[in-house]
Amino acid sequence: MSAAVNRLLLSGNHAVSYAVKLARPNVIPVYPITPQTPILERITEFQSDGELAAEVITMESEHSAMAAAITASLTGVRVFTATASQGLLLMHEMLHYAAGARAPIVMANVNRTLGSPWGFWPDQTDSLAQRDCGWIQYYCENGQESHDTTLQAFRVAEEVLLPAMVIHEAFYVSHAMEAIELVSQEQVDRYLPPFDPPHRLDPRIGESWGNTVSQIMFQNHRRDMSEAMDRALEAAKLADRQLQRLVGRGHGIMERYRCEGAEFVIATMGSMTGTARDAVDELREEGLPVGLLKIKLFRPFPLEDVREALAGIPKVMVLDRNFSPGLGGILFQELKAALYGMDGAPQIHGYLAGVGGTNISPAAIKEMVCSAMTEKPTANSVWKG
Amino acid sequence: MSYKIEEQKVFNSGHSACPGCSEALALRFILNTLGSDTIAVVPPSCIAIISGPQPLSSMRIPVYQTTLEASAASAAGIKRALVSKGNHHTSVVAIAGDGGTYDIGFQALSGAAERGEDIIYICLDNEGYMNTGSQKSSATPSLAYTTSTPAGKLTPKKNVAEIMAAHKIPYMATATTGYPDDLARKVARAKEIKGGLRFIVVLTPCIDGWGIADKAGPRTSRLAVESGVFPLYEVENGENYTLNHGPSGISVADYVSGQKRFRHLSVGEVDLIQKEVDRNWERLEVKFCSEA
Repeated sequence: MSAAVNRLLLSGNHAVSYAVKLARPNVIPVYPITPQTPILERITEFQSDGELAAEVITMESEHSAMAAAITASLTGVRVFTATASQGLLLMHEMLHYAAGARAPIVMANVNRTLGSPWGFWPDQTDSLAQRDCGWIQYYCENGQESHDTTLQAFRVAEEVLLPAMVIHEAFYVSHAMEAIELVSQEQVDRYLPPFDPPHRLDPRIGESWGNTVSQIMFQNHRRDMSEAMDRALEAAKLADRQLQRLVGRGHGIMERYRCEGAEFVIATMGSMTGTARDAVDELREEGLPVGLLKIKLFRPFPLEDVREALAGIPKVMVLDRNFSPGLGGILFQELKAALYGMDGAPQIHGYLAGVGGTNISPAAIKEMVCSAMTEKPTANSVWKG
Repeated sequence: MSYKIEEQKVFNSGHSACPGCSEALALRFILNTLGSDTIAVVPPSCIAIISGPQPLSSMRIPVYQTTLEASAASAAGIKRALVSKGNHHTSVVAIAGDGGTYDIGFQALSGAAERGEDIIYICLDNEGYMNTGSQKSSATPSLAYTTSTPAGKLTPKKNVAEIMAAHKIPYMATATTGYPDDLARKVARAKEIKGGLRFIVVLTPCIDGWGIADKAGPRTSRLAVESGVFPLYEVENGENYTLNHGPSGISVADYVSGQKRFRHLSVGEVDLIQKEVDRNWERLEVKFCSEA
């Protein structure tokens, strides 16, 4: 199959649906929610057209969708689901359960504002609020990245036995059309071996899961999850390199853009990265030594990589399209914690930019950079946009 | 109708149920009838405790303990995964309490019934949150004392049997441990029928929560049937009603007199319950008549 045939004009959501079809999952329990619905719709179309041989279960709630995803995964098959916003929050209890059961489910989440009041716009608080559930979290910048990362996520999740979330933002990514280079079926079949775990719910094996445990057994379960997260960091790097070798395209677990000689670095996640990249290009043309750090893998947090990337940089400006009331930007807090105690740690400015989906232009980012360059950072996040 | 009860020892002795527990008795009939080619789903409940702490298990089959809301959805996920692997023979059974069925788990149960999930769902109904210390559930009957209805429950028991029959599922049955051969036959029937959710609600008197003697479980459940409080019947496809054991002239006063949860009742209040039971039976009886 030629590369031209594999290039389609797709929304970010449909880019995910195609990756799911290529990954050949067995069971897909899913519930519709804006702006995730196009993922579900295209998957059900694939199934009804005979292009996807999966048990698609159109559940009565997201809570049940995740409940069915967990047991299907524990029965030893590949499982995918997708959600957004309130749906992700309804799943919250089961998200902990999935990670604790070490069920390597892959789920797409489309970042959308949380009620109340109602809103439909991009905002990362929904998935960041799930950061302690034990899920691997990838934040994708565009549809191409979501397509490729969905395939990587299956590989990493099944290798370390932790569930993985592939996240992109509402409308800016979910509904925006781009030319997407699809990975071919033959390439995916080489990249993703069938999931066939030795431990599973099976009368011939007789293993059970979920009974009450002692304190020490519980602690040991959590310690095992911690070790799995450590392994996930290396597995994610390897999965990216291997896909890159196969299709010539990689995204890394984080990206350093024009950081050579930089004295000021903008750090962000998700779709705002693209806007920030334009701002960096313009600032560089104006002679300012500005670079960009995109955090793609948020859990496990690439602590050492981030410290290395920001070592010796005098100033960092974090743009957060999310909000933790009482503390501010979540990435801002995570970065500060990551850099704490580091020799020559940069000063960090935390800006709440784009919360609720407000548009942040390259010009606005340039203005923020200019003011941050001359100001002292504050301990709290500052509202922008 | 007699039925030979299997004793395959899928459920073991030495479990952690209270002495005389009707749920443990029910579990023995249910699991031995389903056999070893079964996967069970259990939400938080007395059954979860009877099942045993990790790494012990009283059941010789895989048991997945899910969250309180999710029994039917969890069972559906297992069944669909088995089907996707070409395994059409393994039975998947959810065994939940009344709180996990009538209340918090009802949405998932209704959803699975509507989708025609190929699973068996058994509700062990002891008419309250007995595992957390005898609080009210929507299965608690009128005027019964629980620790969260100290003056007696003011509303009637939710009729989950009729609600599930109204889903037009292939099989719905009521059963109780006082009639073990009837219970085992119904479990066997639920196993035999395919292509939809099969639901059995099993009345399991709780020694502690109901305030009855250790040995009084089977006798109490028989009185529930004979007084018309809990008639035993089956419904296929929401339409074909078959009566197995109905009221036989025992009064509600005889049924409630041995239970501490009703001992605060006046004669007038017992009479109110009697009238409610009579009305329920009249409504149900017509359905058997129309079938005959």
